Amino acid sequence: MILDSKIPEGPLAEKWSKHKFNLKLVNPANKRKYTVIVVGSGLAGASAAASLAELGYNVKVFCFQDSPRRAHSIAAQGGINAAKNYRNDGDSVYRLFYDTIKGGDYRAREANVHRLAEESVNIIDQCVAQGVPFAREYGGLLDNRSFGGSQVSRTFYARGQTGQQLLLGAYSALNRQIHEGKVKMYNRHEMLELVVVDGKAQGIITRDLISGKLETHAGHAVLLATGGYGNVFYLSTNAMGSNTTAIWRAHKKGAFFGNPCYTQIHPTCIPVSGDHQSKLTLMSESLRNDGRVWVPKTQAMAEQIRKGQLKASDVKEDDRDYFLERKYPSFGNLVPRDVASRNAKEAVDDGRGVGGSGKAVYLDFSDAIQRLGQPAIQAKYGNLFDMYYQITDENPYELPMRIYPAVHYTMGGLWVDYNLQTTIPGLYALGECNFSDHGANRLGASALMQGLADGYFVIPYTLGDYLAGIGPKPVDTSHPAFAEAQKAVENRLNTLLSLKGNKTVDEYHRELGNIMWEYCGMARNEAGLTKAKGLIQALKADFWKNAIVVGKNEELNMSLEKAGRVADFIELGELMVDDALHRRESCGGHFREESQTEEGEALRDDDNFAYVAAWEFTGENMPEQLNKEHLVYENVKLTQRSYK
Amino acid sequence: MSGNMNLTLKVWRQANASDKGGFVTYKAENISPDMSFLEMLDVVNEDLLKKGTDPIHFDHDCREGICGMCSLYINGRPHGPKRAITTCQLHMRSFKDGETITIEPWRATAFPVIKDLAVDRSAFDRIQQAGGYVSVNTGGVPDANEIAIPKVIADEAFNSATCIQCGACVAACKNASAMLFVSAKVSQLALLPQGQPERYRRVQSMVAQMDAEGFGGCTNTGACEIECPKEISMTNINRMRRDFFTAKLFKEEEI
Repeated sequence: MILDSKIPEGPLAEKWSKHKFNLKLVNPANKRKYTVIVVGSGLAGASAAASLAELGYNVKVFCFQDSPRRAHSIAAQGGINAAKNYRNDGDSVYRLFYDTIKGGDYRAREANVHRLAEESVNIIDQCVAQGVPFAREYGGLLDNRSFGGSQVSRTFYARGQTGQQLLLGAYSALNRQIHEGKVKMYNRHEMLELVVVDGKAQGIITRDLISGKLETHAGHAVLLATGGYGNVFYLSTNAMGSNTTAIWRAHKKGAFFGNPCYTQIHPTCIPVSGDHQSKLTLMSESLRNDGRVWVPKTQAMAEQIRKGQLKASDVKEDDRDYFLERKYPSFGNLVPRDVASRNAKEAVDDGRGVGGSGKAVYLDFSDAIQRLGQPAIQAKYGNLFDMYYQITDENPYELPMRIYPAVHYTMGGLWVDYNLQTTIPGLYALGECNFSDHGANRLGASALMQGLADGYFVIPYTLGDYLAGIGPKPVDTSHPAFAEAQKAVENRLNTLLSLKGNKTVDEYHRELGNIMWEYCGMARNEAGLTKAKGLIQALKADFWKNAIVVGKNEELNMSLEKAGRVADFIELGELMVDDALHRRESCGGHFREESQTEEGEALRDDDNFAYVAAWEFTGENMPEQLNKEHLVYENVKLTQRSYK
Repeated sequence: MSGNMNLTLKVWRQANASDKGGFVTYKAENISPDMSFLEMLDVVNEDLLKKGTDPIHFDHDCREGICGMCSLYINGRPHGPKRAITTCQLHMRSFKDGETITIEPWRATAFPVIKDLAVDRSAFDRIQQAGGYVSVNTGGVPDANEIAIPKVIADEAFNSATCIQCGACVAACKNASAMLFVSAKVSQLALLPQGQPERYRRVQSMVAQMDAEGFGGCTNTGACEIECPKEISMTNINRMRRDFFTAKLFKEEEI
C-alpha cells in the first residue's frame, strides 16, 4: 500500500494556514447531526472533545478511570514548550521546529513539526484564558525555564505539576460541555474493539468496568487519544492502567502502526528498589537545570559507595566525573534524553554506578543550593524533592539524588497522515498514541504541547473535512459489523475467563517487561532481538494456556481487565522487536549497537532508513507487512546530531 | 531479607454496592519496608490469585501521588498515618513488624462503595460540571501576557489548584462534608482575573450541586485540612463562604 501523508503543498511556513483554508467545513446547523467518539480523556482527548463540542458536534468520551481528570497527562511534571520568545533570547517558531526535528534525530515529518511549533503559542494563550495558574514573575508576566535539547528558555510551567494544571484546564472545558449536554461522559469504560463498516470507522465496543456490560457506541468518526504503551516494559513511569488495548485493537482492524520500537528512556527516574516494584517514578528533566550528573571517577570508589563505606558527599571534587559536562560542554547536563540515558547506562556498565544495586548515577544539587540557597531550590522543585524523600527515605537537600533511566514515553504509535487520520478512514489518533511529531526521540516539555495542539487546534479543523465528505446520515448500527465486533469481544472475554492455569497475569507481564528491557531497551542488537522474538512467542503461547484469570464478567474484575491488557502488550512487544530488528541503524532512542560513531553516539543511516516504518497487520500469528513512508527534508539539512 | 515484616490485614470486602460487606483477615508476609502500601497489597493479591480467589479491589493508577485515584482508610485515617501524602506514596517503613492494619474504603453517603475498597466519587465530577470552569471556547483568546497576574495571587491560586480530587477530606470529616474540595476549586478561579466574570454565579452553582449530592455541612473541625494529601488550606473554605454570602446577599440574580 502506498502511504499518503497528505502533506500540503507550498512553503513550510504556509502549509498549515493554506491547508486550513482548503479543508471543507461543516455548516453550524449540520454539526449537531454528527456524533464523534473520543477514547481517552487526557490532554489530547479532553481538549479535542471540548473543542469539538464547542463547535456543535455531539461527542461521547470514554475513559477507564473513575474520572476523566485522572488520565496520566496529570503526572507530567516539568512544563510545556512554546515559541513565544518572551525571554528575548532568540526563540522563534522556526527554532522550535528546528530543535524538535533535530532532537528527534531527523525521523519526524517536517510539515507536522512546523505546525506543532506554530500552534505552540496558541496553547499557552488558551490555557491562561482557562485559568491555568502558570508560574509568574513579580511583574505579573509568565515565567520560563530551560529544558534539554534547546539553548533557549521556552518552557512554561506550573511548579512541578504542569501536566496536572493543563489537564485540569482541559477537564474544566470538558466539564462545561458535559454541563451543556454536548458531551456525554462514560467513566470506567474500556474500549475493547473498533467497529469498521465498509472500510470506515463507525463505532466501538466498550465494557462497563463496573457491571461488565458490553455496549455498542456508534459515531461518524472515532478519535483515539489513549496515550502511550510504555507499560509493555512492565516497569515504566506510566500509570498502572496505561495500556495499548485501544490502539492495538485498531491496529488489528487495519490501522498501521508507526515506528513501534521508538521508545523514550527518560534519564532521571528513581532507581528500582526491589522485585516488588510496580512502577517507576520520574524526577522531572527540569531538575537538570540545577542538578549536576556524576559518578565517581574510579570503579574502586564506586564499589566503596555501593557497600556503604563511603558517602557521596565525602567524594572529593577531583574524584567525581561529571560525565555529561565533560563530554558535551555546550549542552552539558541539558543534552537530550536519549543521550543522557545512554551515558548513564555507560557509566553503570563501566562499573561506576552507585546505590545499593549499582544501577544509579548521582544528580547533585549541592552547587545550586550553595549558589541560590535552599529556599530558592525548594520553591522551584519542592514537590519533586518531597516525592524523592518519600520513596527513598533519603533527603535530597543533603545527599545527591540517585537516578537511573526508565521507560517513559513511546514516540511510536498509530501511523497518521497530516490530518491525524490513521489508515482507516474515520479513525484518528491524537497525542502520544500516534507516531507523529517526535521522530526517534522526544524533547522534554513537548508531549504536553503535542497533546494539546492535536486536540485544541488540529483535529477541530481536519475532522470537519472528513465529516463534510461523508455527510450527516446517521450511522446504521444494524449493520452486521457491529454484532460481529461485539461477538468477538464476548468470545475473547470468555476465553480469558476460562484460563485457570498457575501463573498470574502480573508474572507474565513482568517476564515480558524483562525481555523488552533486556533486549529492546536502551541498547539493542541483532542477536538479542532475535532471541527476544522467540522468547515473546513462547510467552504468548504459555499465557493462553497457563494464565490465571478469576471471577466473572458481570462485576468489577481487575483480574480480567489486566489479562486483556497484558495479552495485547505481549503481541505489541513482538512487533516492537520486529521493528527494532529491521531498523539496522541507530537513531534517537533506538540505539543499535552495530551502528555507532567512534565516540559511541547513535549513527544514523539516512540512505537506507530515512522513513517511517508503518506496520500492517496481516492475520493472527502471521508476520506483519512493512510499509514505508519516506521522509523528505526540504528545509533542514540532515546532519549527525552534535551536542558537544 | 532481613528487616522484612509480617503483618495482619483486616480488609473491608464487599462484593458490590448492594452487598452488606465485612472485614476479612489476611496475612501479609515477608513485606519489605521499601514497598509502597499498594505494592504490599499487590503481594497479597498475587497470593489470592494463585489460590484462584478474588483479589482485593482498590482504585489506583499513577502511583506517584498526583492522579488522586487511590484512596484507602488505613487504621482510621485517610491515606494512612503520614501527613501530606497519598496512599500510593505511603511506604511500609511506616509500619512495624507484627502490626495489624485495618483497611477500609472511604465512607460517605455521597461515595457509595462499588466493590471492596473502591468507591464512586463521580459526585465530585458533577460539582465541577455545575460551574467549575471559565466559559471560554477554544481560540480567540488574548495573548497570555496580556493578563498580568501578581505572583502572590498566581501562587495562591496554584496552591488551591493542587487539589487532586481524591476525597480524603470527605472521608476524614465526621459530617462527610465536601467543603474543602469545593472551596479549593471555587478559590482557584475566584482568585484569578480570568474567573471574575462568573465568580458569584459559579460559587452558587457549585454549592447547590454539592448539597444535592448529599455531602454534609462544615462545622470547622479541620480534620480535612490535616488529612489532605496536598495540604489544601481551610482558608479556601472561608473564601468560598465569603463569596457565597456576597452572592446571596447582593448578587443573587446572577445565577
